[in-house]
Amino acid sequence: MTNDVMVIGEHFQGALSQITLELLGKARELAGQLDGKVEAVLLGHGVEPLAAELGAADRLSIADHPLLEHFVPETYEAVIAQRIKQAGPRLVLLGSTSVGLDLIGPLSVRAAVPCFDNCTSLQVREGRVVAISQLYGGKIFAEYAVPETTALVAVVPGSFPAEPGKAAGAPEVLRLAAPPAPRTTFRKLIEPPPGDVDVSKVPLLVAVGRGIQNADNIPLAEELAETLGGAVCASRPVIDQGWLPLTRQVGKSGVTVKPKLYLALGISGAPEHVEGMKQSELIIAVNTDAKAPIFGLAHYGAVADAVEIIPLLTEQIRAASG
Amino acid sequence: MKIAVLIKQVPDLVEGLEIDASGKALDQDSLRYIISEADDHALEQALLIRERTGASVDVFALDVGEARDSLTTALAKGAERVTLVAAGLEAAPGSHALAELFAGVLRPQNFDLILTGVRAIDDLDGSLGGLLAGLLELPYVGLIRKVETGPGGETAIVQKEFPGGFITELEVKLPAVLGIQSAEQPPRYVPVSRLRQVMKTAKIGEQAVEPPQAQPIAVERLFKPEEGAGASMLEGTPEELAKQIAGLLAERHLLKG
Ligand SMILES: Cc1cc2nc3c(=O)[nH]c(=O)nc-3n(C[C@H](O)[C@H](O)[C@H](O)COP(=O)(O)OP(=O)(O)OC[C@H]3O[C@@H](n4cnc5c(N)ncnc54)[C@H](O)[C@@H]3O)c2cc1C
Ligand SMILES: Nc1ncnc2c1ncn2[C@@H]1O[C@H](COP(=O)(O)O)[C@@H](O)[C@H]1O
Repeated sequence: MTNDVMVIGEHFQGALSQITLELLGKARELAGQLDGKVEAVLLGHGVEPLAAELGAADRLSIADHPLLEHFVPETYEAVIAQRIKQAGPRLVLLGSTSVGLDLIGPLSVRAAVPCFDNCTSLQVREGRVVAISQLYGGKIFAEYAVPETTALVAVVPGSFPAEPGKAAGAPEVLRLAAPPAPRTTFRKLIEPPPGDVDVSKVPLLVAVGRGIQNADNIPLAEELAETLGGAVCASRPVIDQGWLPLTRQVGKSGVTVKPKLYLALGISGAPEHVEGMKQSELIIAVNTDAKAPIFGLAHYGAVADAVEIIPLLTEQIRAASG
Repeated sequence: MKIAVLIKQVPDLVEGLEIDASGKALDQDSLRYIISEADDHALEQALLIRERTGASVDVFALDVGEARDSLTTALAKGAERVTLVAAGLEAAPGSHALAELFAGVLRPQNFDLILTGVRAIDDLDGSLGGLLAGLLELPYVGLIRKVETGPGGETAIVQKEFPGGFITELEVKLPAVLGIQSAEQPPRYVPVSRLRQVMKTAKIGEQAVEPPQAQPIAVERLFKPEEGAGASMLEGTPEELAKQIAGLLAERHLLKG
């Protein structure tokens, strides 16, 4: 095993994903402390132009093949497993994303190395790599030492700054072999339905979660949003129930928003939701559970029944707006 | 077509989770277990495929927490067979250990499709589905929101989620393991009367297995985020709270007019 830190790169529609820069920046820091090198692994078809953005790596392993044009877990995993076995890095960093989450399990088995998910902090302390993962919907954190073998760590997007990952440089380039013929094939990309509103562009958001209780309460939130001159968005359970369209989902598999106001009503603040709204300028949370993780993030909080607060707030705002 | 669904018990987040005296584990007495939310979706997705194709649905759960109740519910929803997998464990082990256990149970049964949920709230060492696929040497796709079967039941056509509402459609040769995030429709509801009726006649299979070899992760410390850290907490009656929130918005010039 070496002391190197490997980063599994991601891109989407021709652009390098933010998570890759976040991981690269962290990898630079860790590799410095472990006295190893940083290797970025990039898979795709026609991905060469993205190499220019991976200057923070010492080494760049590229697999470029038509079979890799789209993310197919099995195919990607076969190529990456091969590279991990060959290179034997100390750490392999992936995003805790649609891509990383599908790779981590099969890679862990195939490369016979341990894996960890939901990581939000990684540090070298006295030669040990100490990690923290967020569990139980953000209610509990677990600290553990990453075993001193090759280990896979999936990192929650937004945990590390992207800036340090943007360094210039001229990494040495390595070509990886083509993947074997897969049992999984890509059929098509389905774009999000043209949304009624693009919530990522609305400055005032009324966000509702499971605490809104039922579909009948959605119009109350709509009325509040209208009074404010904003829009309603939601956490995943509200969308899964069909109470609001998919275009309104904020979070890991939804939209990322940075509004002037994020009014979180009956939202617990699970990491997958927080990922999409933590950069909001002002977060006000209303939740019946004083221990809800959303209060750790919000600027203002109230322990109260959101269903009761919503119409009262609409009234107050109406009065104040004159 | 034979479908297996694996369901997992996780602590109910509605209860206050307490850390035990060792500081390294949750206090079991503080926990109430429920079926992991995504697993409920995996079961729903399996039942939908069954309705469309006549496939059989087998449900498996490790015998911890209230697994028996979850299996009874699965029967009431329409699963053909349910099996409690007993390894003599007090609490759910890590994902690697679970995958090892279930791989042993499933390998000889030749299922065409194995459905799991993704990302249970207590997953520290990865999700069960991907690990299981690795052990069974089957293809895996996770974060799925829809599954259809291809011509002749030879493949599954799945929709996988990406950020921003993007979806990719993939075709997977069976047998395969699929990690379900959401079913095509919200999980069905079982009326209490039906549940009571099923409870009387429920046949829950049991299979004893060796405890897993996989070592648990040596967690050094569990801790909670500081309560209300960050947020200034507003106090008062609902009316007063609404007034204070409106006041905060007015101060920041976020109100019209
Ligand atoms: C791969 C993956 C991707 C995901 N992507 C997303 C995503 O994009 N977006 C997303 O949101 N989630 C996503 N999730 C789901 C996420 O893990 C959480 O399950 C979800 O965010 C929880 O939504 P919630 O806060 O509305 O519900 P819960 O966690 O159930 O919280 C409901 C909250 O409401 C409170 N409450 C109850 N009644 C009231 C009341 N009357 N008044 C006030 N408060 C009340 C409760 O105390 C609780 O805190 C994803 C999960 C996975 C695994
Ligand atoms: N390395 C990758 N990381 C993330 N997604 C990918 C990757 N490669 C392919 N894809 C998927 O393939 C689709 C089309 O990719 P592209 O045509 O390269 O923009 C994207 O929407 C992604 O779903």
